[in-house]
Amino acid sequence: MTSFSPSEDQQMIVNLVKQFATDEMRKIYRECDESGEIPAHIIDTTWEMGFISSSIPEEYEGLGEERSAVTGSLIAEELAWGDLSMAMHILCPSLVVLPILEMGTAEQKKKYLPAFCGEKYTPATAALIEPRFNFDPGSLSATARLDGNDYVLSGEKCYVPLAADADLFLVYAAENGSNQGFILEKGTPGLEIGEREKNMGIKALATYELTLKDCRIPKENRLGGEKGCDFNRIMNYSRVALSAMAVGVARAAFEYSRDYAKERYAFGEPIASRQAIAFMLAEMAIEVDATRFMTWEAAWKLDRKEDTTKEASLVKMYADDMVVMVTDRAVQILGGHGYIREYPVELWLRNGRGFATFSGMAII
Amino acid sequence: MIDFGLTPEEEAAMKRAHENAEKLLRPIARYYDEHEHENPQDLIDTMWKKRGEGGGLALGVVGVLVAEESCWGDAGLMLGNPGPGLGGAAVMATGSPEQGERFLKRFNEEKPVWGAMAITEAGCGSDTAAITATAAQDGDEWVLNGEKIFITAGKRSIEDSDGFVVVWATVDKSAGRAGMKAFVVEAGTPGMKLEKVEDKLGIRASDTATIVFEDCRIPYDNILGSPEVRKIDKTKTEGFKRAMATFDATRPLIAAMALGVGRAALDFIKEAFEKEGIEIRYGLPHHKLIAIERDVMDMEANYKAAKMLTLRAAWMMGQFQPNNLEASMAKAKAGLAVTKITQKAVELMGPLGYSRKYLLEKWMRDAKINDLFEGTGQINMLIVARRTLGFSRDQLK
Repeated sequence: MTSFSPSEDQQMIVNLVKQFATDEMRKIYRECDESGEIPAHIIDTTWEMGFISSSIPEEYEGLGEERSAVTGSLIAEELAWGDLSMAMHILCPSLVVLPILEMGTAEQKKKYLPAFCGEKYTPATAALIEPRFNFDPGSLSATARLDGNDYVLSGEKCYVPLAADADLFLVYAAENGSNQGFILEKGTPGLEIGEREKNMGIKALATYELTLKDCRIPKENRLGGEKGCDFNRIMNYSRVALSAMAVGVARAAFEYSRDYAKERYAFGEPIASRQAIAFMLAEMAIEVDATRFMTWEAAWKLDRKEDTTKEASLVKMYADDMVVMVTDRAVQILGGHGYIREYPVELWLRNGRGFATFSGMAII
Repeated sequence: MIDFGLTPEEEAAMKRAHENAEKLLRPIARYYDEHEHENPQDLIDTMWKKRGEGGGLALGVVGVLVAEESCWGDAGLMLGNPGPGLGGAAVMATGSPEQGERFLKRFNEEKPVWGAMAITEAGCGSDTAAITATAAQDGDEWVLNGEKIFITAGKRSIEDSDGFVVVWATVDKSAGRAGMKAFVVEAGTPGMKLEKVEDKLGIRASDTATIVFEDCRIPYDNILGSPEVRKIDKTKTEGFKRAMATFDATRPLIAAMALGVGRAALDFIKEAFEKEGIEIRYGLPHHKLIAIERDVMDMEANYKAAKMLTLRAAWMMGQFQPNNLEASMAKAKAGLAVTKITQKAVELMGPLGYSRKYLLEKWMRDAKINDLFEGTGQINMLIVARRTLGFSRDQLK
């Protein structure tokens, strides 16, 4: 039965994250963007909130709570409202945990999941994007070749978050033309981590290029073992997560420019009293809400284990455009001030522009 | 709990509405587009018989689902269906139980009958508070004078059946909005005259009438709500608020009507492309898509965005939550999105899109009404902006 109302539990998590985002993330996000670093207490405190360990079953030392993409979307939106770099850093281990949880073999779960149920944040990451303009997640250039009892991986990856610190990598590569995931441990010979990337936005999130030079891993490390993984479903999880984050970034920019437009006076009245400004804000409000509900619907379908490719790719495409429209207008409403780094909106525009590039960089 | 599943009752109502749309509306859609002022008598009789099956004005989620399916069939024919309509909605929303009994019982009788709502005048459309039609008390009667335009089903309400029109008029011009009241004028009342029926761009199967009131006398207790002119403050008055509250209920329905037309166009082009071997490949990166695929995805995403806003507004109404902002969001988005979707669809189909051999060009004409009536897109944007900013009418004009 149709409902747009989060459950009590979901609302509690949303309130908790919102409070943290307001009190902590929003206080330092500019500093983090300038320095390129996220303080440890942000990561530690959110780790204790258990976003990742809560959905790991008790037999693997997690809390064994029900996993829900809808709940995940709610959390991702609030975190991204606080700050996108921090949100992606906080949720980064999910890039490995969720695919193993849903598609891994019993051995893979047993071997890798307990590490994510401890008291401390365990960095882990996934490598999907490849450095070429016509990158297509559906047909990867990186390859995996079976050689006796090993897989041999080669290729180049980029936008791999936290690669320098990660204990565990999920690398996507084409095996005979079909995309599969491969679990790599830190220090695997042939896994070479490049320099930290310098990006237009999400500057506080450390991302790296990664080269696989005949990187040899045991056959058992293919995600899902002999069955392999449902790559498309992983992509859909990611599309939903990134859409939720785009909504969070857009909402931040909308709220800030709305409040600014009410306080900024020109010709004796607030600029929001002019339809030229007011109608921009109205459209921003409409599109933020619409994209959020499209995200929820795709998440809801994922939770029902239905094929979500259409919904997830439509909302991702829509969210990519929406977040640029909204953040750009926020800059426009602030006028010259919008261009100045003393104000937050230029940061949201830079971060917002990234969504069309980000692919598989977040999962819920 | 966030949920997008439908109840079995909703599924069944949708299925019925879709079957009706496919079997009863689609086959005659073109004929009544080309024969503008003819009544589809067979359809009217059939729909009147079927009205017990939930064909009436249902509010909430099921209401928008049914409206979308019906308009997927034909928006004009759907609008012209007999029933209480907007006039009946006003009686239900603001009338006393005695008035409800007196005016609405005709909708249970054997012959098809219509109810209509008359607000707009030649000199005021969206600015409904500026109406000039007057109602003056004379003993135990009200005397109405003025001219009302753009009355949906106006002709059918007062000429083709024993229906009624709910007329908005002012009892005290100096009181501004506070003086605005609604009156029920029944078919056959002397002094009420059908002036003309408009020729329109689209939804031609639905009659749009001008009605003139010249010393039109109605019983005193045909006024809906209190006759007192109560000034609460300059901007908020009960009379005006009642008129506007009706819009909170109807705007999600108009949004849903738009969605129905939009989906008809989307289904049409996707089917045509499929025949030509063009499939829409979801999930591909932009550089691999052909332009048509990108266009269709854009249209589908906009349709979905409008649909989600519409469902939210309708759901809130069903929950008895105030939905003024959300209803306007849905209406503004759906009206414009579907206008653009149908226009793009005509463009994409090339010579087939422009031809009257197919219904697509008609849907483009039909779609546009949703961006105009029940508040133009701009008026709804203004409401969204005011609500979003917490601004009064004076703070944001």
